[in-house]
Amino acid sequence: MKSLMLHKLRAGLTMLGMVLGVSSVIAMLAIGRGAKEQAQKQVLKLGATNIIVRSVKPPPESAVNSGGASVLRYGLLRKDFDLLNKTIPTITQAIPIRELTKAARHRQHDITARIVGCTADYLDINHLNMAQGRFITDDDRQQKKNVAVLASGTADELFQYENPVGQSVRIGDKFYSIVGVTIPRQASAAIGGSMSGQDYNQDIYVPLETMRVRMGDLNIDRTAGSFSSEYWELSQITLRVDAQDRVVETANVIRESMKRNHKDDGDYAITVPLELLKQAEQMGIIFNVVLGSIAAISLLVGGIGIMNIMLATVTERTREIGIRRALGAKRRDITVQFLTETIVLSGTGGIIGILLGLSTGIAFAGIRSLVESFIFEGGKAGSDFAQMFSEMRPEPVPWSLPLAFFISVGIGIIFGIYPAQAAAKLDPIEALRHE
Amino acid sequence: MEFAAQVIDIQKHYDLGSVVVKALRGVSVDFPHGDFVAIMGSSGSGKSTLLNLLGALDRPTHGEYIIGGRPVSSISDDDLSAIRNEMIGFIFQSYNLIPQYTVVENIEVPLHYRKGYPTISAKDRKRIEELGDMVGLGDRLDHRPFQLSGGQQQRVAIARALVNDPQIILADEPTGNLDSATEAEIMDMLCKLNAEGRTIIMVTHENSVAKLAKRQIFMKDGVVAGEGLFPG
Repeated sequence: MKSLMLHKLRAGLTMLGMVLGVSSVIAMLAIGRGAKEQAQKQVLKLGATNIIVRSVKPPPESAVNSGGASVLRYGLLRKDFDLLNKTIPTITQAIPIRELTKAARHRQHDITARIVGCTADYLDINHLNMAQGRFITDDDRQQKKNVAVLASGTADELFQYENPVGQSVRIGDKFYSIVGVTIPRQASAAIGGSMSGQDYNQDIYVPLETMRVRMGDLNIDRTAGSFSSEYWELSQITLRVDAQDRVVETANVIRESMKRNHKDDGDYAITVPLELLKQAEQMGIIFNVVLGSIAAISLLVGGIGIMNIMLATVTERTREIGIRRALGAKRRDITVQFLTETIVLSGTGGIIGILLGLSTGIAFAGIRSLVESFIFEGGKAGSDFAQMFSEMRPEPVPWSLPLAFFISVGIGIIFGIYPAQAAAKLDPIEALRHE
Repeated sequence: MEFAAQVIDIQKHYDLGSVVVKALRGVSVDFPHGDFVAIMGSSGSGKSTLLNLLGALDRPTHGEYIIGGRPVSSISDDDLSAIRNEMIGFIFQSYNLIPQYTVVENIEVPLHYRKGYPTISAKDRKRIEELGDMVGLGDRLDHRPFQLSGGQQQRVAIARALVNDPQIILADEPTGNLDSATEAEIMDMLCKLNAEGRTIIMVTHENSVAKLAKRQIFMKDGVVAGEGLFPG
């Protein structure tokens, strides 16, 4: 042990390889797990038993083909909704919505809001809660009432210090009386498929049937000299399956059913959160394998560094070995001595590496706040990546700590055995004569 | 009569590939208990090879070496280590202390390799202190070798050689690196040890040192050329 203390710098540098290797193992596992947990959380927000079918606006070139003046027709049809809802027995709930963007106005306040035509179930399926008043009811739909529910952000912007409930909002050219306001909800991140991130705070909810009669299915957009008209009936159908183990087969049935009303699948997309979850898990495994190999390489390099130093040490301490042999040390004693030193070296490196690896969370938070303050200054998270980055927390994996320690000790043994045996094999007479 | 050590027609050949060097060509010497022998001879005479064999650091090619009643020509490497640890105390020309260890730790080294690996007991500690006092270094037990003079280092080596209470002390030119005043001190110490009954075998090429031994053996070309005081 004393011999290690004698060369503090050398021992430190030797350990560095182990420290970095072990800390990267811990950090990588922690980041991998953090990413996986975040993906799971996101997917579970969408609901593991849900299947989401969304309209997709075809790419612009097909719009050109259909002629500039003609109406672009695409997306989900009410026919689709009836078909899915009525023919597939495993579906317990089907919630159609239609979204469009329109100007909303209250006195001098003017905003562009996402108008969502929905049913009573929308509240529940999107984990929204009411701050005051009520949400859209089945009664509203049947009677096609001119009622609206504001999201918190919309309410703040349109009414500021007033209580919006009981007042009215103008959407397009019609007035709707406000019956409720929702509690702010964190925006959801984009997850594969057609699901883009959703900011629930800029919404206005109206009954689906009211939207149909008041606004129609044709949406004409005249902005800054461009004119486009689009026709779609529904924006999204959220389908709830009765059991999680039937989600995948139900999704396959839905894919088949959708073909009946759509020639190609260019204008809709099916998102199955459970499949995304499985994909995310597979990605996680690949991620871990890749990171694991990188860590393994750095550990190997660390091990070779240790072996190199130990071989040098054996040469340097040949005389000491000779003295010890003359004083009665057996070959085994010498092997044990050098092997112990190597293991102490690699084990200490391992422990430092573990501590360093555990501090990844802190380092990560530090980097994040730095990045956020310089790059996304003042603004909302700019991209999906930024959002993922800002929400991810590295989560140290408990079993990785003993694993990392045993790996470092194991590397000490593997790479220490050769130098130790080389030391033990020295002829005591030769060793004593060594200068 | 039983001897402390006995060498019977010992030969040692070194196979250097193309040539075989015959370092010892049949040496027989008896070392009775309490003997004090100086082995003399020019370099290449085989005296160092003989000392290595006597020290159980090596095995003879032919012949038999008996120490403490045990023949060692064909015993295992581990048994040789045990014999070195229990029966022999080494004193080297260049002291051979472990530089990173203190005086106490250096004296302790042979204790770590005792049979069964017992831990250092309080009794051992007391013995180390006594030995330290005996060689006159009682107040420097926590010093390191580089803080000591040559004579002091050699005294540490003597204390280390004695710690396991061996029958035989092997000294390889113990005063070769020392000035004459220190040389006298060290030789005085060896004579005292011999007077206490320990067998001492010493290699030297200084007549003044050899004279202090009870008898002298001259080596030449791998054989014993004569006994008695030079030029005797």
